[in-house]
Amino acid sequence: MPRGGDVFDPDVLRAVRDAGLAEARRLGASEASLRVEDVRTQLVALRDAALETAVDDTEIGMGLRVLHDGSVGFAATVEVTPDAAVRLARDAVGTAQAVAIARRRAVELAAEPSHGEVTWTSTHTTDPTTIPFSDKVGLLEAWSRRLLDADGVDHVSASVHCVSEHKHYADLAGTVATQHRVRLHPEVTAVALEADGAGFESMRTLAPPAGRGWEYLEGDGWDFEGELAALPELLAAKLAAPSVEPGRYDLVVDPTNLWLTIHESIGHATELDRALGYEAAYAGTSFATPEGLGSLRYGSGVMHVTGDRTAEHGLATVAIDDEGVAAQSFDLVKDGVLVGFQLDRSIAAAAGRDRSNGCAFADSALHVPIQRMANVSLQPAAGDGPSTAELIAGVDRGLYILGDKSWSIDMQRYNFQFTGQRFFRIEDGRLVGQVRDVAYQATTTDFWGSMEAIGGRSTYLLCGAFNCGKGQPGQVAPVSHGAPSVLVRNVNVLNARAEGGR
Amino acid sequence: MSEPAGLPPADAVVEAAVAAAGGAGCVALVEERSEAEVRFATNTVTTNGVRRARSVTVIVLAERDGGVTAGVASRAGDVDVAELARAALADAQGSPPAEDAAPLLEGSAEGGFGDPPATTDLGTLGSVLGALGGAFERAERAGTVLAGFAEHAQVTTYLGTSTGLRRRHVQPTGLLQLVGRADGGARSAWVGRGTVDFTDVAIDELESALHRRLDWATTRVELDAGRYEVVLPPGAVADLMTYLYVNASGADAEDGRSVFSATGGGTRVGERLATMPFELHSDPGAPALECAPFLAVGASSSRASVFDNGLALESTAWLHDGVLQQLFYPRARAARSGCAPAAPIDNLILEVPGAKGSTDDLVASTERGLLLECLWYIREVDPTTLLLTGLTRDGVYLVEDGEVRAAVNNFRFNESPVDLLARATETGATVRTIGREFNEWLPRVAMPALRIPDFNMSSVSPAS
Repeated sequence: MPRGGDVFDPDVLRAVRDAGLAEARRLGASEASLRVEDVRTQLVALRDAALETAVDDTEIGMGLRVLHDGSVGFAATVEVTPDAAVRLARDAVGTAQAVAIARRRAVELAAEPSHGEVTWTSTHTTDPTTIPFSDKVGLLEAWSRRLLDADGVDHVSASVHCVSEHKHYADLAGTVATQHRVRLHPEVTAVALEADGAGFESMRTLAPPAGRGWEYLEGDGWDFEGELAALPELLAAKLAAPSVEPGRYDLVVDPTNLWLTIHESIGHATELDRALGYEAAYAGTSFATPEGLGSLRYGSGVMHVTGDRTAEHGLATVAIDDEGVAAQSFDLVKDGVLVGFQLDRSIAAAAGRDRSNGCAFADSALHVPIQRMANVSLQPAAGDGPSTAELIAGVDRGLYILGDKSWSIDMQRYNFQFTGQRFFRIEDGRLVGQVRDVAYQATTTDFWGSMEAIGGRSTYLLCGAFNCGKGQPGQVAPVSHGAPSVLVRNVNVLNARAEGGR
Repeated sequence: MSEPAGLPPADAVVEAAVAAAGGAGCVALVEERSEAEVRFATNTVTTNGVRRARSVTVIVLAERDGGVTAGVASRAGDVDVAELARAALADAQGSPPAEDAAPLLEGSAEGGFGDPPATTDLGTLGSVLGALGGAFERAERAGTVLAGFAEHAQVTTYLGTSTGLRRRHVQPTGLLQLVGRADGGARSAWVGRGTVDFTDVAIDELESALHRRLDWATTRVELDAGRYEVVLPPGAVADLMTYLYVNASGADAEDGRSVFSATGGGTRVGERLATMPFELHSDPGAPALECAPFLAVGASSSRASVFDNGLALESTAWLHDGVLQQLFYPRARAARSGCAPAAPIDNLILEVPGAKGSTDDLVASTERGLLLECLWYIREVDPTTLLLTGLTRDGVYLVEDGEVRAAVNNFRFNESPVDLLARATETGATVRTIGREFNEWLPRVAMPALRIPDFNMSSVSPAS
């Protein structure tokens, strides 16, 4: 299917941005930015090797945001023509004027210089949305059959989610950015039913979603062959494993699990819009407030967390954000202390900062950009650093946890509970088989404060998600989190079945 | 807001798409959205907008390997439907035979199919906007900080099939949420309302409801984790029942992969899940909760099939008299399983016939227990029991001798909505409400307050 080459024709883009921005300026907007987006999303999902869900959706649209007399107005449409751009400018200014009646304070945007004309493409070889549908079904079918043929596998779910995102951004400052990025998320889950017919266990692949092309599924960046080959035996061992004894354990957490703990307890907690109350009605606030900058003890001294929109293959990686701010990399937690926040231009101004650090994102042309998460990553230990096996060797009684599953955290980002895909019991520094029904629960600063050791570069992996939700109306954002393996002492482990009264 | 000037009429797009399929089985869906929203925080308006959108979905059927396949393609805006139909056909030809294949439903054109889409604009939110300025001023004087969101949407769906069916549905949705925080967030409360057109929403009434609860929180006690008698208000029940509803797939249950799977195979349909005579049902004609009376889906799933587009949706009991009645079954799977097809309907009602009384009434008859306001960050922990975890948010109160005595710290809970129905000991009258967390996905719900004698508060959350 065509990508809408007509919409991304340079002449069309020039005509619509000139028309929309000129009208916004004529109507008195102090700031205006226009985005044209063409986002193609494909989802193919198989259930027991039969096609269950097929989506091939191309969302095309144009959105225009203005700052007019201290109020924000936004208007969007699916038409991409100069006439439509002029109407959008009028509607956006009209919206700003209509809400002024309830405005108590003027909105400001931190300044950002013009970056001129920028063209950027994420690192990839083959845009995954260009691969024929039948090839996608064929690959997933082969993976599914292989697992269904293995002993002890009763059901298999397999899916791949592919996105190709074209964005064209232009603002009154003079930045004109045309960006294309791709991403994909393959997932395969094998299910085994209990022999007594009561309940089941599942085991999902650990392969993270990535800002990569179709080559990812052919082995560039992940060993799918190896992972699928190991899955049936891992599942059978999990089904036969004892239920975990609840209590305090030392945890060695693999990056495939830790990324989500980072996302929830650091990524969202260091969004300054939350700390200042802009998400109080929805996503929530944060225990990490500006007063704690430079003093709040977030975790142990080995903890160094960065935010960036620059990591290669990162799901939040861009060249220019959705407010015309150039991509940056910055510290959030250094030596265990809170040292930074993620910002967009309005939040930077509200906090008295000179400049945004580039964390604005809108999930389509039809939504207004808001502060969204950078790639927030825990840095590995310097030098060679310990391997995961060396971390495990330092534990007498513990659990080694891989893969994410269930997650939940409170609205101020204190109390969290996570489960996982694979839990290996550690005894005297060695893995001694799986257990099941594990959930770990902690308070953010206690957990990170108990982090005794961090794995080296060899344990580091960029994981992430496509579906981070925030804002009203709701928006979803893709984001990556790099993490090494870590050793965290004395964490509260629950038995999920016991929690359910079983 | 301004009309999209350059797009052909939606009904004409449906006709063109069906024609473009060239005699192949075809379903065409056009969804027109018109939306307006106002967002506010820190006692002022923040991000506000209006939008118009159109998406066109074309589903084309093909015969392959003795079966039938379906290809689906969708695209926004000014769409070349011939191109879209070709893309859908190519996908159909590249698909294995669909397990959900069923003959397209026959039908005719209903009146009004050619009517233009319904629209909205910020004018619908005019009364809210007009009242917010005063509310912010009062809040600032009282040392309270208001945050929230008001949105109105008109979504018009046009559905056509190569078998003659033509249907149109207009879905208005209005939501208003208001949070009040005081003492740096140490005291907080939430109110939410669902509405068709905002004529029945008054900001000052919501402000009073907020202040009543903020006043309750001027006294505070700390309680440990443990099992408590809890009064769940209708909004909290809505979020829990929404989770149960979306997990009611017949295929998942038959495959042994859900809380509705029977031990040893099959499903729990026919099994008593609760001793109280709960009725859980959906009804496109439910007053004030009206929703589409026909199925319109752009993708198949374990709950619904693209082959079933246009299926008439009628009042459906999921639970009757506390007994599980029906799970989601696309027609093809239902035929194989020998049960009735049922597709998701866009509203949900839980009631116990004859139950009376409000949340306040349940509080008044509580000797010692907790009153919650809402639940948050609800996620599945164990699918075999549908064990969910989540947090209490914006108000937990200690009730003694029928009176609210103080606010209590927040908790993390671990509970299954299926178990909660089984353990509930009392319900109030069913009222229109919205869930705090899932109102965006299921905005049309009516629920009663529930009394749970032993709700599992797994740990304390220091959050406020």
